Amino acid sequence: MGCRSSLFLGVALMAMAVGGAEARDLTVTSWGGSYQDAQREVYFQPFMKQTNTKLVEDSWNGGVGALRAKVEGGNSDWDVVQVEAEELVLGCEEGLFEQLDWAALGGRDKFIPAAVDDCGVGAIVWTTLITYDGAKIKDGPKSWADFWDVSKFPGKRGLRRGPKYTLEFALMADGVPSEQVYEVLRTDAGVDRAFKKLDQIKSNVVWWEAGAQPLQLLASGEVAMTSAYNARVTAANKSDNRDFKIVWQGGVYAVDSWVILRDSPNKEAAMDLIAFMSDAANQKNLPPKIPYGVTSKEAAALVDPAVLPIMPTEPGNLAVEVQLDTEFWVANTERLTERFNAWIGQ
Amino acid sequence: MTASSLTGRSGARIESRNLKAQLRRTERRRKLEAAALVAPLLIFLAVFFLAPIVGMLIRSVENSELPTTMPETAAALRQWDGIDLPPEPVFASFARELAAGQRDRTLAGVAKRLTYEVPNMRSVLFATARGLPETPNGTWRDTLTARDKTWGDPATWAVMRRAAAPVTPLYMLASVDREMDASGSIVKVASDRAIYIDIFIRTFWMAAVVTVWCLVLGYPLAFKLASLPPRVSNLLMILVLLPFWTSILVRTGAWVVLLQREGPINEALQWVGLISEPLQLVYNRVGVYVAMIHILLPFMVLPLYSVMRGISPAYMRAATSLGATPFTAFRRVYLPQTIPGVGAGCLLVFILGVGYYITPALVGGAGDQMVSYFVAFFTNQTINWGMAAALGSVLLIATLLLYWVYARLVGIDRMRMG
Repeated sequence: MGCRSSLFLGVALMAMAVGGAEARDLTVTSWGGSYQDAQREVYFQPFMKQTNTKLVEDSWNGGVGALRAKVEGGNSDWDVVQVEAEELVLGCEEGLFEQLDWAALGGRDKFIPAAVDDCGVGAIVWTTLITYDGAKIKDGPKSWADFWDVSKFPGKRGLRRGPKYTLEFALMADGVPSEQVYEVLRTDAGVDRAFKKLDQIKSNVVWWEAGAQPLQLLASGEVAMTSAYNARVTAANKSDNRDFKIVWQGGVYAVDSWVILRDSPNKEAAMDLIAFMSDAANQKNLPPKIPYGVTSKEAAALVDPAVLPIMPTEPGNLAVEVQLDTEFWVANTERLTERFNAWIGQ
Repeated sequence: MTASSLTGRSGARIESRNLKAQLRRTERRRKLEAAALVAPLLIFLAVFFLAPIVGMLIRSVENSELPTTMPETAAALRQWDGIDLPPEPVFASFARELAAGQRDRTLAGVAKRLTYEVPNMRSVLFATARGLPETPNGTWRDTLTARDKTWGDPATWAVMRRAAAPVTPLYMLASVDREMDASGSIVKVASDRAIYIDIFIRTFWMAAVVTVWCLVLGYPLAFKLASLPPRVSNLLMILVLLPFWTSILVRTGAWVVLLQREGPINEALQWVGLISEPLQLVYNRVGVYVAMIHILLPFMVLPLYSVMRGISPAYMRAATSLGATPFTAFRRVYLPQTIPGVGAGCLLVFILGVGYYITPALVGGAGDQMVSYFVAFFTNQTINWGMAAALGSVLLIATLLLYWVYARLVGIDRMRMG
């Protein structure tokens, strides 16, 4: 009897699972860790309270392949996902996302231009930039040229492994004005020039891959300076009581976006959630928890002035940063990654 | 008399036949029993070991993207002789299936496959598909070429034709730094893209260095362990095995902490006064060797120890009593007897070393990564499984070849795993 009843229970559960696929709870997928903790506090819980909708969370580590698998496999369990800029372009091109209802978001003019796309609306602005330990270097580097200058600032350098960001930084170190970086990089001579510049510091570079690594390398004294994501630096300063300095000059910023996966059964609720998270009154609360830039123009004006200097979108910071050219990387990632891997392994 | 003797003889014959049949039956039953005992393992190996390997080998030549999304175009391309530009029907079916693919959103796979050979094909394909008219403006060939001049280039169609074939040598060639040029002959890739031959040489070289070091460190240790009384040697053996039971990730992480610039090793050396500047011990080859040797040492010590335990000390005593110096006795009597253990230990360490991923990835620099790093890279990051499978296949084939040479040199029947 026990066997039969458990079998019955199993069948019942399966039926519920199958039935649940039709009317499952709204699911939002972000990038985990302290960032998602902040989002939960600022967006997810207030949204649940206000709209009386049940919201389920998941997290991921990016990759358009994962989205493809979800959508093309059918029966996806995600609705709203935060994607990186290239994933937004690729996924939109391949039809993995629903078109957004921009009227519900208050119109395209309400957001910074980089945050506007048919398939997605910007969630945050984040920057990859130079950081160094203020306790060890008093008069630190000011630019990528300084980063390359191993005689002026002895010690190893940390860089993210891969051509993205690295080639941009190399060109800036070689004296290319920041607004011309991608123009130069679009030519073969420009790519050669970047690799040649990289040859100069090749033996001094420690390559990192995960976002937490550069700060560990910096903390342990392994590197004298490194590239890192801006809010991670702030988080390390706060949690480990460090004095890591941020150099905004020549940082490369990119926008992460919210999208709705194609054929989502909760499309309307998903749109409500995105509208909620794009609302200036809610967005302004995120930077004090985690200092990434906001995408709503109004929210930028409402953010607590105390956190403004450590945000990528502060006008002074923004003026010296470069925007990641997503189109360039969508078209050239494969080719340049191949060359980068060959270069690094030689 | 005749009758009785006949029956007796035939009775004996029947009996012996019965006996034979019985014997055969028992034999068969025993065989069945043996098969039944081995079957679970064999089935397990077939399902979870052989099948994935075969699957991987297939994936390294698989070419299904274009044929599944554009079956008619693929069929038409296979008919085409490959000279100049394909005939109009190929363009027409391509245009039709391109529009259908755009509508059903199935072009991603084809785009990805073509990008492996022509980097900008993704954007060309999507740009052509977007808003493609239903009827051609003149011929389809002119219409497509007008939308993007890439479609008027014979080289593009040579690539399309290769993508339409049932299997492709693309990934296998790429994993040994070769590619096909426009005419279809195999050529070396440009030197700024050539990488994998060097990576394979590096992988085998690093595994060999680690093996030699493990032998140099492990042999005396195993010798000492084997000559100690069991109680002491068991205790020491636990010390050998203890790190063996610790997670490889933990041990690798611990080496990073120990070897880093401001780590305990550098600080101790500076404190003693041996060095004035910290040594670079991590994120380079030194760090990888140290960590790999530490992790793989037990695989050398265990087979050596078990072989050495079985060697009676009487042989050495006999040799010395017959006038051999201790060194001669060791070289001519003891050493040859340990060769099965040396052979097994070296083989274990080398084969495990060839497949190392996590240790070089964490402790090594960019120039210390082995083949596995690139397999992981293609599997997880670029989702190019054909390339991952091809690299894995080349590694498998090279390892089997080396194993075969090694087995002929050392003699596989003489190896003892412990």
